[in-house]
Amino acid sequence: MKIWIAVMPLALAATLVIAAEQQIELKPGPGRDKVEANCVACHSLDYIVGNSPFMNRQVWDAEVTKMIKAFGAPISDADAKVIVDYLVANYGAT
Amino acid sequence: MNRRDFLKTTGGLVLATGGAWAAGHARAADSLLGPPELPQGMLASSLLDALPGKVPLIKKSWRPPNFETPVSYFNEIFTPNDAFFVRYHLSNIPEVAAATWRLKVGGEAAGTPLELSLDQLKRDYEQVEVPAVCQCSGNRRGMFQPHVPGVEWGLGAMGNARWKGVRLKDVLAKAGLKKEALELVLDGADGPVFPGTPDFVKSIPVWKALDENNLIAYEMNGAPLPHWNGFPARLVIPGWTATYWTKHITSITAIAKPFDGFWMKSAYRIPRGRFPLIDRFVSQETDVNTPITEMVVNSLITSIMDGQQVPAGRPLDVKGIAWDGGYGIARVEVSADGGQTWRTATLGTDYGRFSFRPWSYVLTPADKGALTVMALATNRNGATQTFELIQNPAGYHHNVVQRVALAVT
Repeated sequence: MKIWIAVMPLALAATLVIAAEQQIELKPGPGRDKVEANCVACHSLDYIVGNSPFMNRQVWDAEVTKMIKAFGAPISDADAKVIVDYLVANYGAT
Repeated sequence: MNRRDFLKTTGGLVLATGGAWAAGHARAADSLLGPPELPQGMLASSLLDALPGKVPLIKKSWRPPNFETPVSYFNEIFTPNDAFFVRYHLSNIPEVAAATWRLKVGGEAAGTPLELSLDQLKRDYEQVEVPAVCQCSGNRRGMFQPHVPGVEWGLGAMGNARWKGVRLKDVLAKAGLKKEALELVLDGADGPVFPGTPDFVKSIPVWKALDENNLIAYEMNGAPLPHWNGFPARLVIPGWTATYWTKHITSITAIAKPFDGFWMKSAYRIPRGRFPLIDRFVSQETDVNTPITEMVVNSLITSIMDGQQVPAGRPLDVKGIAWDGGYGIARVEVSADGGQTWRTATLGTDYGRFSFRPWSYVLTPADKGALTVMALATNRNGATQTFELIQNPAGYHHNVVQRVALAVT
């Protein structure tokens, strides 16, 4: 096992990481499809789960805005609103 | 997951908790993934898993990979390479080949730019080794109350290693830094997925870059750097938080004005005047905030775990580590009564002022019931850990005194 790990090419390693992250399942709800379609381009969805449940609408809105304005995520205004609504409803402050 | 490696990790935990496993089991199992103060969603989504070449670590996020070292590993003063924490901001992480890797050192404020291969680096410069703590600025962010957004780290976004490489100042001397050089811009091979995402590029003031303890390092603990810790070479900036320890380093650029990249202007900033710090990054300061610089004094209790049961009337080894921004640890005090009274712990071997410093204290719980153990480190400047969190928006510099709750039976 150790030897196999040592010689395993990094490309395969990256594939394994992506396979592993698919075990994350976000809560069902309106907008989940937009979250899954947009956010996973740059990061796994555990970033959302791990940052819950303590962010209110203002903070989630600021995070999504940061992804678009500071990090250049190509997300439309309409999708951004749906994403924030989903995050507040499912991963917002309780 | 590799089952044998999993057992290796959890084996350490079982040893640490000794015979008192049974009743404290649920709490102790949680503790393995982080302290109970972490956001509920983070604890729920954390698990132990191994990146290639690593033992199972606490998974905080898959992509980019952020993996934390379980506390049991800090019973060793030098953190094993395969258990050393992993932290990336961006998801495009190429495998860098040692044979083709090059480091470019130049810029407008360098008179004699140069490019170095790994062989040239090792052959043309004196090789030195420095023991030093590498700690994420946001280590313990998940313990902030109220919580702040970010990777919700527990206690293990840090590690201590013997770093081997060449002195950064020796390479800078060859590059002929000009008088007007103000900052050095640091870039590594990893980068963003989208071209519009700011690459993780940092800068460091020239005065700090010239510190003789800084390295361009290619080994840790006697072995080549693991891929996930910056292979084939990374910066080591002892005393300062890991944000400046650029992994897979490919360029060092001397400039005469403040660098204005996102990761300097908007990220890794702390409010001015709130922390007892000495090192300043003046060319990047604003009226309200300043880049994070040196680590604050801190300690970690490693030999006992929250929720553990211990027998009354028998000596209990309380052990741990302490570290700071490179001034050195002066003393560690332990309280066994929730902070009412403090006793001086015995400091262990001094591996250098940038290293973890081991400490130990033997306490014999007299009465059955709840017992809270705390540790308080003080550095040679007289700076100590805090009892109240120093709030800051990005969740840096958490050094609140730990409270480990034991059940004496």
